[in-house]
Amino acid sequence: MAVIRDTMAEFDLFQPASIDDALALKRRYGKTSWALAGGLDSLDWFKDRIKRPEVVIDLSAVESMRGIRETDDADGVEIGAMTTLTEVAEHAGILSRFGLLADAASKVATPQIRNQGTIGGNVTQDTRCWYYRGGWPCYRAGGNICYADTPTAINREHALFESNRCVAVNPSDTAPALVALDAKFVIMGGGGEKVVDAEDYFITPAKDITRMTILEPGELLTSIRIPGTWAGARFYFEKVRDRQAWDFPLVNIASAMKVSGNTIEDIRLVVNAVGPRPLRLTDVERQLKGQSVTEEVGQAAGELALLGARPLQHNAYKIPLMRNLVKRAIRGTGARA
Amino acid sequence: MKHLLNLSVNGEPVEVAVPLHHTLLEVLREDLRLTGTKHGCELGECGTCTVLVDGEPVLSCLALPIELEGTEITTVEGLTKDGRAHPLQIAFAETGAAQCGYCTPGILLAAKALLGRNPRPTRLEIQEALAGNLCRCTGYIQILQAVERAAAADPADYTKPISV
Repeated sequence: MAVIRDTMAEFDLFQPASIDDALALKRRYGKTSWALAGGLDSLDWFKDRIKRPEVVIDLSAVESMRGIRETDDADGVEIGAMTTLTEVAEHAGILSRFGLLADAASKVATPQIRNQGTIGGNVTQDTRCWYYRGGWPCYRAGGNICYADTPTAINREHALFESNRCVAVNPSDTAPALVALDAKFVIMGGGGEKVVDAEDYFITPAKDITRMTILEPGELLTSIRIPGTWAGARFYFEKVRDRQAWDFPLVNIASAMKVSGNTIEDIRLVVNAVGPRPLRLTDVERQLKGQSVTEEVGQAAGELALLGARPLQHNAYKIPLMRNLVKRAIRGTGARA
Repeated sequence: MKHLLNLSVNGEPVEVAVPLHHTLLEVLREDLRLTGTKHGCELGECGTCTVLVDGEPVLSCLALPIELEGTEITTVEGLTKDGRAHPLQIAFAETGAAQCGYCTPGILLAAKALLGRNPRPTRLEIQEALAGNLCRCTGYIQILQAVERAAAADPADYTKPISV
């Protein structure tokens, strides 16, 4: 695969100023076009010549896709998809009500990447499986083999759950936080506006092995709405990675918990980088309702969370890692009796 | 096809005809001959191509110049004033914070952005601000010390000559 790297192949660039214009361009150029947000994922693909769109639709001039607004829903916020991760991490309202999301956004990559990368791009980014990113003709690239799941494959970062032929994982840090906050994703397309639960935005290879999200080629994620439901809840976010900067998660966890006295009234538990989409631990959540916040309950939740995990050759370490993250999300990291 | 862009680099307006798929890094180095900005990993890991856009650090290898019309771009060449070195540059030279020097332009700019919003950062705040910049020689200690040294100096102090 001798290709030119470091510089991009030529493309035609459009800078629409409105969502309607962006959608019209997507309709006109179809599969030869590519919607560009912050560019951190996209330019990497273009430089490697693995994705070669003829037309790039640069969304940076669509003002209505930028910024953070209060919504009519009490305590809710709406975040434009083109809002940078730095803005999300530093926004006063998000910090005070949805610290979980601010925490997750602040742990993405590096200061430079957070200044350029957008929330929409962070949740819509493609997987980092290096066989796929390296241009190998795998299932996800339209081929008929998974190079990460052969006897000699290097698959330390790959999936424990929900894999189907492809074993790549979703690498986003903000996605699990948004699922835990019951966020809604606003999608615009030919049929107008569509609002889906954050959880349903992400898909597994069983649904479409070439995509990570439900976004169809003619659609755009335009904003993310966070309802007031979990404002001020007890949050926990932890990201485990090889380096404390830049790196993608080996496993991350986002939880939101409503606790009365020491009893869990309601909880959301979401783990990412262990499967093709953020994994909401619905069974564990159900078991935890009405339980006390204790070491034992956390331990039992961790055991339950790992039921059905199927490790590959080199990623079995993710099992105790995820088990302990679930426990820590419930009982916190301080010393407990 | 080339496209005429109006950029502002180091306080000067520049008009430059470039293909739109060229990154800011390519335009700075090859069209504007500002080779202080270094070409590194090209995918966002190393930070050596860091420049400031409206005072905040960004990766020039992953930025399209057309998006930056109307902003103020600062490269390492823009740190000096009237032929005199920026206090950060003096501190880096005096502390021995550069060995091969390849990461230095990006680190100077990331540090400048930090000192701009936080003139007296803690060691941890400096580490966080420089987390996006790899250095393969120094082990970072002298770099952190140099930023602390510059923070302790008068930030407006350009009195020392450029050759230290």
